[in-house]
Amino acid sequence: MLKNKVPMERQVKEMTEKNKKAKKYHLKLPIDTANLEMIREFVAKIAQNMGFKDEDIGRIELAVDEASTNVIKHAYKGDDRNKRFMSIDVVAHNDRLEIDVIDQGQGFDPEKIKSPEMDAYLKKMKRGGLGLYLIRTLMDEVDYRIKPGIRNQVKMVKYMAE
Amino acid sequence: MDKFEVFRRDAEEVSILNIQGFLDAHTAPDFEHELQNLLKDSRFKIVVNLDGLQYISSAGLGVFMGVIEDIRSNSGDLKICCAGNKVFKVFDLLGFPSLYEFYASEDQAIDKFKVDAEK
Repeated sequence: MLKNKVPMERQVKEMTEKNKKAKKYHLKLPIDTANLEMIREFVAKIAQNMGFKDEDIGRIELAVDEASTNVIKHAYKGDDRNKRFMSIDVVAHNDRLEIDVIDQGQGFDPEKIKSPEMDAYLKKMKRGGLGLYLIRTLMDEVDYRIKPGIRNQVKMVKYMAE
Repeated sequence: MDKFEVFRRDAEEVSILNIQGFLDAHTAPDFEHELQNLLKDSRFKIVVNLDGLQYISSAGLGVFMGVIEDIRSNSGDLKICCAGNKVFKVFDLLGFPSLYEFYASEDQAIDKFKVDAEK
């Protein structure tokens, strides 16, 4: 994302200043669909404080809900219940919001979950699997880091509108 | 305060489900339960009124997808009305308007069943 022709020193300085101003938030909570509302309110409040417009706050809420729902539904099949926690890490930068949804469950291969051809997909009337498609559509950047049993992370980034 | 509520009303052949609040993976089973009750009662002409719905995630959309085949194979349909802007956008993002009929008012949705029946 480096702008062209900006001297390296200035780039580093600017990045450092941006990072200084970044505010970090952390939410750890048990795996339970009952907590989805709390997760949505948590990220919505941060986005609101940053000055995101309502429409984008709605997108962020939905994307984080979808990522969290996937964790709640799929991450911990058969594992010890006591281990069933998830985290939401949020970093509010000047120009963007970064949200990590993290679990320690069995993980998944994002390569294997392709964006469905929505029309054909809907015609088959299959349910589920829409979450990842929505996340990709709603957020500006999505990145998966999967280490099954250790740390699975979906990183989502939304930029402030100019 | 309940975060999600479903109200059922039967008007002649058509059943109306008014859903209110937040429809996510936590509340989707309640909605599905009410829809399954309609199917058990052989009520296949259904209008879902979204007037009071403030939020929907793909778990909620999944409920619509899960029952539609059953409904249509019984000569019925599920029509949707009164979606607010924010909620409609989620349906739109996933291409629902090409597969489900959306109406601005409940009366329009109910009337469409009558028109369909006269055909």
